[in-house]
Amino acid sequence: MGLDLFILVALICAGIWTVMARSILRSAIGLALTSAILTIIMFRLNSPLAAVFELSVCTGLISVLFVSVISLTQPQTPKEIIEHMKLRLSRFWFLPILVIILGVGIIIANAKLKVVSAQAHIEPDVRFILWHLRQFDLIGQVIILLTGVFGVVILFREAKKGE
Amino acid sequence: MCLALILIPFFSIIILNLPPREVNKRIAFGLVLILTLGQMFLVFFPGCNFWKMNSGVFGSMLKIDLLVDNLTLIMLFCIGLIVLVTLFTSRQFIGPIEKQRNFINLLLVVLIGMNGTVLARDIFSLYVFLEITAVASFILISFDKELLGLEGAFKYLLLSAIATILMLSSIALLLILTGSTGFSEVQAVLKTLNPNNPLLILAVGLFLAALFIKSGLIPFHGWLPDAYSSAPASVSVLLAGIVTKVAGVYALIRIMVSVLGFSPASQAVLLLIGAVSIVLGALLSLTQSDFKRMLAYSSISQVGYIILGLGSGTALGIVGAVFHIFNHCVFKSLLFINSAAIEKQTGIRDMDKLSGLAQKMPVTGLSSLLASLSAAGIPPLAGFWSKLIIIIALWSAGYYTYAVIGILAGILTLAYFLSLQRRVFFGKLTREFINVKEASFSLVFPMVLLSVIIIGVGVFTPVLLDKFILGLGNILGG
Repeated sequence: MGLDLFILVALICAGIWTVMARSILRSAIGLALTSAILTIIMFRLNSPLAAVFELSVCTGLISVLFVSVISLTQPQTPKEIIEHMKLRLSRFWFLPILVIILGVGIIIANAKLKVVSAQAHIEPDVRFILWHLRQFDLIGQVIILLTGVFGVVILFREAKKGE
Repeated sequence: MCLALILIPFFSIIILNLPPREVNKRIAFGLVLILTLGQMFLVFFPGCNFWKMNSGVFGSMLKIDLLVDNLTLIMLFCIGLIVLVTLFTSRQFIGPIEKQRNFINLLLVVLIGMNGTVLARDIFSLYVFLEITAVASFILISFDKELLGLEGAFKYLLLSAIATILMLSSIALLLILTGSTGFSEVQAVLKTLNPNNPLLILAVGLFLAALFIKSGLIPFHGWLPDAYSSAPASVSVLLAGIVTKVAGVYALIRIMVSVLGFSPASQAVLLLIGAVSIVLGALLSLTQSDFKRMLAYSSISQVGYIILGLGSGTALGIVGAVFHIFNHCVFKSLLFINSAAIEKQTGIRDMDKLSGLAQKMPVTGLSSLLASLSAAGIPPLAGFWSKLIIIIALWSAGYYTYAVIGILAGILTLAYFLSLQRRVFFGKLTREFINVKEASFSLVFPMVLLSVIIIGVGVFTPVLLDKFILGLGNILGG
């Protein structure tokens, strides 16, 4: 329980860092870190399939996609970064409080409703699930990644060309 | 075999991006044209082998069970039709050939997303394909990289992200409750559960809220007017014509009919949200001077009718709702093409600055009048019949107040569309517009095509009613 709580707090901290980071590159690193911590939680909840997906797609592929986008954008000046940071702090000061209230609310609700069980059911073969039960979703996942690549090419690469 | 509706566009994207790219750029238009026409053609043969599972090349390789019923077929027809008219419209608005290829790539992604959404028979698969549609739509809205477009896309992205969180939470709760995500499996288990189970109520509430956001219903409509009005003209046609219908309204009908089922509480929420959207959407339309923003608010109002039909919870109500989805796809796409034509020829979207354009743009003027009258429910045009079925369904189910609201709101619809006609097309032609000409073929062709459908479906509704339309009621109760 103590370790789980520590991991959850780390997840929230990484999430807040992702949103509040000064530079977009640090945000991308924060996102990868958040995904990595989420992977640990999924492994601890006996959901290796979800964990492997989270690790490979979100921590790996999506982070690479983000960093490639960042490399195509114009960096802010130090003055702009500070101004942007102040603006975000004034806008989103309530976010950490909201996260804590939501977390406490979920813990209380779960204690009453028993929504999350401690041990999830594990399918015997991950390959079976992927290639036999969720084939359609797999096609969808490939297309989502393809769409992300189009987004980068259309919105960022052309902008770079035009500069 | 019908998996081809997803795999062929997917392989088309790959082919279009392979060398020789110069050749592929030129075949892109023809390729999408063939795909959409083929999709629309196949819908008229529901008994053919194409719609049978695990047949053909793709079916033997991939054992994927897809959902094909009357609702799926009519949605696939709508998707094919609106992607086709968007393709033609885009020729006028998407500049160089390289940009057109990028646009067609995204159009194919949206086609895959929407086809996947209507063919999915599992709530998680439905979510995956809704996301494909949404992500491609964000990019399309900001395609011109103009400030307003980026702002519209960002608003859509934010509210869509909230909808995603709500939907995923609901799917997780349903998985906990039923141990499955398949439509029929979830529905079977839900029938055995106590309807007052707090987790079930939470799951239903979260799913409905998510799909209300995706449908742009009041009070979840914050993203819609900005997204519709700031997107490039051809993207507005696609968004208003079909994307929100599939991502929001279709998903809502499918989830209610094939998964969650109706309860007095869910019906009350649907009826209330539908009625509020009809009335406020119409009132907000009346106050707009921007052509596209007026059409955007009008969409909210028209989608309200669809939700009202669904909320009746009867087979007739669902028939009316699905028929109105079809009609709304046709007349709203046509109105957005009219707005695109006017913007292209005059450079103006502010209706107060336009006047007498019917003299210079007769096809645009006439088709706009037809679409407006159909939207307002004037007989014998197509929109009249779908609204009539919805009103009859509400009355038969004992929802007299909502039926009266539906009838009275028709007067508001007529008011804002007549105001549009008066301001833009009728009145005296000012000197400023003396040299304005009718729009080019790539805009006139979709206008004529959609106008013919409005008149044809309207005039032949009594014939179509028995053959096609009433059969839609079969989806209720399998």
